[in-house]
Amino acid sequence: MPKATNADDSDAPDGVQIDLISGERMDGMATMEKIRMILDGVHDGNIVILEEGLTPDEESRLIEVTMAEISPDEFNGIEIETYPKSETRDSSLLGRIMGSDAGEAKLTVIGPANQIETLHKDETLISALVSRN
Amino acid sequence: MGLFTELKDSISRATDRLFSEQEPKRIGIYGPPNAGKTTLANRIARDWTGDAVGAESHVPHETRRARRKEDVEIERNGKTVTIDIVDTPGVTTKVDYEEFTDEMDKEDAIRRSREATEGVAEAMHWLREDVDGVIYVLDSAEDPITQVNTMLIGIIESRELPVLIFANKIDLKESSVKRIEDAFPQHKTVPLSAKEGENMDEVYDNIAEYFG
Repeated sequence: MPKATNADDSDAPDGVQIDLISGERMDGMATMEKIRMILDGVHDGNIVILEEGLTPDEESRLIEVTMAEISPDEFNGIEIETYPKSETRDSSLLGRIMGSDAGEAKLTVIGPANQIETLHKDETLISALVSRN
Repeated sequence: MGLFTELKDSISRATDRLFSEQEPKRIGIYGPPNAGKTTLANRIARDWTGDAVGAESHVPHETRRARRKEDVEIERNGKTVTIDIVDTPGVTTKVDYEEFTDEMDKEDAIRRSREATEGVAEAMHWLREDVDGVIYVLDSAEDPITQVNTMLIGIIESRELPVLIFANKIDLKESSVKRIEDAFPQHKTVPLSAKEGENMDEVYDNIAEYFG
């Protein structure tokens, strides 16, 4: 797991840490392990970039867990941006049974809601402004 | 989750639906905050039962708990469709109590944001476990291509739930139903104004067709 920078630590370097997490690293993880890793990073003020995104079920659980962790004056949630789904989606029977996003790689950017602002997004580019709070 | 478990769950869900056809369908009303979900839920409930579902307000997160109106019988073309309407809090990935401090004091704003977060978490849980179909309500005067909308529609699709998109607030001059149709062309979009009661016949025709 990437070393986290504690935003409250006065010895921490002045900057924003970006964790780029490969699909290979996520492959062996259970849903809650992935969510914990993402939210631990975001709580520390990091921007987390997932090479292969999350499944719809994992996204749903990420929202649910995020809601449980929001607290006044400390953490007000996440910003999450993902490339739009490909037009050439798997529409085979197996694909439908497994969920329409099975095997579909999609880069996802997640960060603290009070620090990240999306400026532009299209099918090939996510442009985000990250502020140091 | 392994291939076998996924397959078993998928078959189990399909079987459950087959054998519960006579039960009222639980239709979740989902969408972002302030899209008009509660106004629509109240319109449907009042039209067919005479009672409202909950309070409406311009302040985001007025609905902080999922509320259910059971056994709403909708009669269309000689057939009766019975549904349970589940009005849910607006789904979001962030809740900041300071958004509410213009309308109320800090203590009330914190309480409201805490209730809102619990409500959103509950709504997500219900979506995974407890609804048979979804009415997805969007404000047609707003840009529909947001991460929350795209993500929620993706989650609904992955669960293979029937979904109708309602383009609400067509009474506003900034409204663009086409923008919503273009954003989600894979789903039926029905224009309406829940506040003014505009186009409700088409709304009920589609509810009966999709969820009957």
